[in-house]
Amino acid sequence: MIPLSWYLILAAALFVIGLFGVLVRRNAVAILLGVELMLNAVNINLVSFWRYGDVSSMAGQVFAVIVFAVAAAEVSVGLALVISVYRRRNTVVADELDLMKW
Amino acid sequence: MTGEQIIFLIVALFTLGSALMVVTTRNLIHAALWLVATLFGVAVIYALLNAGFMAVVQVVVYIGAIAILFIFAVMLTRKDLRDNTPQTNKNWWAGALVAVLTFAGLVFTLQGWSGFSKTAAAIPSGFDAISQLGEQLTSPAAYVLPFEVASVLLLAALVGAVYVAFNKK
Repeated sequence: MIPLSWYLILAAALFVIGLFGVLVRRNAVAILLGVELMLNAVNINLVSFWRYGDVSSMAGQVFAVIVFAVAAAEVSVGLALVISVYRRRNTVVADELDLMKW
Repeated sequence: MTGEQIIFLIVALFTLGSALMVVTTRNLIHAALWLVATLFGVAVIYALLNAGFMAVVQVVVYIGAIAILFIFAVMLTRKDLRDNTPQTNKNWWAGALVAVLTFAGLVFTLQGWSGFSKTAAAIPSGFDAISQLGEQLTSPAAYVLPFEVASVLLLAALVGAVYVAFNKK
């Protein structure tokens, strides 16, 4: 059998890879790709806690389903923003979007 | 080492390797395709966790919708993808440091937890996870309220995305 720790370490590694992508990428679309990796890591955690905890309580899977919905909402609005910004400013590089910076 | 563990290790290495490609590759179309590979790996992880419904939803929603949306977004903003400009900002080492420290902190915190290395109990015979999930998502005693809030959120995101991306000219 696979111990719970393997899943948790896999999820932690996937999360920090996503975090790295969010922190270092310049392209706004690539930053959203990193956010997707982080959300997937969280989902692995939720489903593995469901499996290794009380199976008859479905809370882990329910939370994961809701994370799916939130991820879909996040990516649709995020990419709409990116496309709108690209149309107006002709760039998707996050450093150059400094209109609201002090 | 059992066969299940070997499958897990192969899938985990594949998932993490393609995740690394997502954050490091220069071409964004390739990054989006590597994201598809990562999402497939996560779907296999769900299947290993006896969550077949989650694996199917992962393939249908994430790969079928979200990854395709990413590829469309990359293609719509293609002009900016000059391969001679750096794809990472100049403080990338600080980002790598934060990521490594976060991983170390997470593993350190998990190691002190008593349930860290517990193994899964067998699923009781006759237990149907999918019908349980459906009942709990629609039962007022369980999670019908978050379920409805999620649908309102999706509607709001749909309207918001159309409004934001709409070309007013």
